Amino acid sequence: MQIQPILAALRQHKAGTVLIALQIALTLAIVCNALFIIHQRVTHLSEPTGIDEANLFVIGNQWADQSSAQQVDAQMQADLATLRQLPAVRDATASNSYPLVGGGWDDFITMTPDQVQKTTDASVYFGDTHFLDTLGLKLIAGRNFRPDEVAPMSPHEVVTPPVVIVTRALADKLYPDGSALGKSFYAMSATPTTIIGIVARLQRSEVDTWSRPYAYQALIWPRRLDGTVGTNYIVRAKPGQLEAAMREAKQGLIAQNRMRIIDPKDGVLSFAQVRHRAYDSDRGTAILMGIICAVLLVITGAGIIGLTSFWVGQRRKQIGIRRALGATQRDILHYFQTENLLIAGAGVALGAILAVGLNLWMMKQLAMDRMSLLYVLAGVVVLLLLGQGAVFAPALRASRVSPVEATRTV
Amino acid sequence: MFAYYLDLALRSLKRNKLLTALMIVAIGFGVAASMITYSVFRAVSGNPIPDKSAQLFTPQIDSWGPQQSFNGDGEPPQALDYTDAMALMHAHAAKRQTLIYPVQMTVMPGGDRSLPINAYGIAAYGDFFPMFEVPFQYGRGWSGTEDQARAAVVVLSEAFNRKLFGGADSLGHEVNLGGHTYRVVGVIRHWNPQPRFYALFGGSDFGQPADFYMPFTRALDLHIGTAGNNSCRGKQTARGWDDYLQSNCVWINPWVELDTPAEVARYRNFLEGYAVEQQRAGRFNWPPNVRLRDVTQWLAYMHVVPPESRIALMVSLGFFVICLVNTVGLLLAKFMRRAGEIGVRRALGASRREIYFQFLIEAATVGLAGGLLGLLLTAVGVSGVGLLFEPQIARLAHVDLSLIALTLGVAIAATVIAAFYPTWRAAHVQPAWHLRTN
Repeated sequence: MQIQPILAALRQHKAGTVLIALQIALTLAIVCNALFIIHQRVTHLSEPTGIDEANLFVIGNQWADQSSAQQVDAQMQADLATLRQLPAVRDATASNSYPLVGGGWDDFITMTPDQVQKTTDASVYFGDTHFLDTLGLKLIAGRNFRPDEVAPMSPHEVVTPPVVIVTRALADKLYPDGSALGKSFYAMSATPTTIIGIVARLQRSEVDTWSRPYAYQALIWPRRLDGTVGTNYIVRAKPGQLEAAMREAKQGLIAQNRMRIIDPKDGVLSFAQVRHRAYDSDRGTAILMGIICAVLLVITGAGIIGLTSFWVGQRRKQIGIRRALGATQRDILHYFQTENLLIAGAGVALGAILAVGLNLWMMKQLAMDRMSLLYVLAGVVVLLLLGQGAVFAPALRASRVSPVEATRTV
Repeated sequence: MFAYYLDLALRSLKRNKLLTALMIVAIGFGVAASMITYSVFRAVSGNPIPDKSAQLFTPQIDSWGPQQSFNGDGEPPQALDYTDAMALMHAHAAKRQTLIYPVQMTVMPGGDRSLPINAYGIAAYGDFFPMFEVPFQYGRGWSGTEDQARAAVVVLSEAFNRKLFGGADSLGHEVNLGGHTYRVVGVIRHWNPQPRFYALFGGSDFGQPADFYMPFTRALDLHIGTAGNNSCRGKQTARGWDDYLQSNCVWINPWVELDTPAEVARYRNFLEGYAVEQQRAGRFNWPPNVRLRDVTQWLAYMHVVPPESRIALMVSLGFFVICLVNTVGLLLAKFMRRAGEIGVRRALGASRREIYFQFLIEAATVGLAGGLLGLLLTAVGVSGVGLLFEPQIARLAHVDLSLIALTLGVAIAATVIAAFYPTWRAAHVQPAWHLRTN
C-alpha cells in the first residue's frame, strides 16, 4: 500500500482530517486519565483492613445520662457482658473508633520525649483484652493485654499507658530492623510506652489523602475510654450469624438499659456498610469515569464512521476510476484502513502528549499522582483498534463501489 | 425567512437521520455530563452568605510554632486554643465577635416521648445570630449580658422545635439537654448555609443544620467537650477539664465582623500586637504569625470543594469539548454534502450572509434537540447523583430553573459555535464550480 497517494488525498480534506485526529487525541487524553483514576480508586477501595469484616458489625451507642464518667464505665462493662452472652455473638469490645469510620483519634509518634518533628503518625484505638479477638486481628509477635493492664480513662485526661500493641506497619516504621517488640516510643507524652504485641494488619480509622503516608500505622491502648457522649461497640458474630447477631445485640442493649440512643437509621452497621460508606466518593468517581469513558469511545467511533462515510460518498467516482483501472476490492478496503491508521496515528501521537500534559496539570491542581505510561500505551492501542473497527463498515462499502461509477458524470 | 430556514433545516436533518441522531446524542450526553457534575460543583463551591462574606473574618494565631504547623507549610492552626480564643473575646476589638464549637447532647424523655433522642448543637457567643443573619421564627438570640451570666438559655432550630413542641411557639418552655434544663429564648427559621463555613473545624463541611444553639460560656461551665475536631501538639499532660483548657489543643472556631477596610486593618494590627505580646511574655517562642481570612478566602484555604467534584467537572467538560469537535466534523460533512444546493442558491442571488443564517439555524436546531435530550439526561443524572458522590454532597445537587436554562443555553450556544467553521466553508462554496460539475 502506497502512502503517498493517501496523503495527497488527505490534503483535499484538511478540515475533516484534522477534526478526526483532534477528536482521537482528546479522547485519548481523557480516556487514559480516566482509566488511571478508575484504577487508582478501585485499588484504594479494595484495600484490606486486616479485620474479620464478614462477621463484624458496629453499634454507635450514645448515653442518655451524660453526667458521670464512673457511671458510664459501669454501664459500658455491663453492656459488654450482655453482648458477649448473646447466642449469635462470638465476642465484643468497646472502642473510640474502628477502621474506616472516617475521622478518629491519631497521635504523633516520636522516638524521644523532646523530639519536635514527629517520626510518624498513628491511628489510636482504645480496647480491652477482647479487642484482638473481636476484630479478628492476627498477633504475630508478643502477647495480648492482661486484664490488669486495662483501665478506664476519661477523655480529657491524657495518661499514656505503659504498654501498647502496634501494627506491623507501625513497628517496621519505628524499628525497620524488625526489633520493635519490647522497645518503646513516645506518643505526645513525657513517658514512654512499650510495645508488648504486634498485629499483622489493622487499617487506620480514616483513609483520607492526608493519612496515606501513614497507611496501616495504628496502635491499641489498653483503655476503656469513658466518653460521656457515647461509645462504639464492635461485635463479632459467630460465622454465618451476622444478621441474627445484629438483631440480638440491639435488643439486648435496649433490654439492659433503655436510657441510651442507638440511631434507628445508622446506629447498627454491618462492616460491609461501613466499608461501603467509607469509599462512597471513590466508588462514585470510578463509576462516573467509567460511564464517561464508555460514552466517549462510542461517540468517537460513531464520529469516525460518520466522516468516513461522507468521504466514501464524495469519492465514489474516484473509487470507480481506480476500480476500472484494475484496483481490487481489497485494495480499496486497505486504502481506507490505511488512511484511518495514518489519521489515528497522528491523533494518538498528539493525544499521548495531551494525556501526559493533563495528568501533570491535575497533579498540580488536584494533587493527583503521576500516571504510569502504561495507561497511555493501553489508550493508544484501544483508540487505534477503535479507529480500525469504526472505519471497517464504510471502507467495506467503498470497496463494493462498482467500476461503472467511473463512467457516470455525477 | 426564519420559518423557511427552519423548514429547510428540518428537511435537511431528516435526510440523514443517523448523522443527525449522532450529533444530537453527542451534544445531549456532553451537556448532560457537564451539567450533572456542575450541579454538584455549584452546590459545594457556592458562597454560603453572599451579602456578608466580605465582612466576616476568622482570625488565626500561631500558637504551635513554625515547626509544628498543620501541613508543614508554616500556616497557623485552623482553629484557636482556649487561651487565645478567650483573649480575643475579652479584647473586644471588632464590632461583633463570637466563638463557636459543635456539641452533641441528649434530650431526655418527656411529654409523649418515652426514649431519649440525640441532638447536635452549636455552642456560641450571642453575636452569632446577628453576625450570620440567622432568621428567627419566634423570639431572638441571647445578649452579651446572658453570655456573661452564663445563662441556661437555648435557641432551637425550626425542625427541632417541631420535634419537641410540635412546632408551637415554645418561648419560655424548658428543655432538658444532657441532664440540665435550658429556657427556650428563640426558635430560628430554616437556616443551613452550605458549606457550613462558620464551623469548618469541627465536623462535616456539608450537612444538616444544628438542632439547637447554646451559650458558649454555659457549655464550658458544664465541661462539654467539642463534638468536632480537636488537635494538639507536643507533650500532653492534661489531667482533667481545667488542664485541657490551658493546653495548646485547638478546637474553637472564632469569627469577627469588620465592616470597613480600615476596621480590617485595625483588627489585623490588633492580632499582630497580641502575638507580639505573647512572644514577649514567653508563651510563643517565634515571631508573630497571624491570619485574618474572610469567608471566601477561608473556604478556599480549607479546600472545602472536594477534589472529586473538581475532577468530575473537569473530565465532564473535556468530554463535552470532544462531543463538540465531533459535532464540528459531522456538521462539516453534512453541510459540504450540500455544496451543489448551496451553489444553486448562491447563483440565484442568495448572499453569503443568508447562507450563514440558514446553516446556523440548522445548527441551532440540532443544539436545541441536543439540549432537550441533555435536559432529560441531566434530570435522570441528578436524581441518581447519590451513586456518584457522598450522600451529604449529593443531597445538595438539584435541578432548578437556572440549571434548565443553562443546559439549553449551553447546548445551543456550543452547537452554534461549533457550526461556525462548517458554515463558513458552506458560505464560501464557489457557485460556478458546483453548477458546472452538477
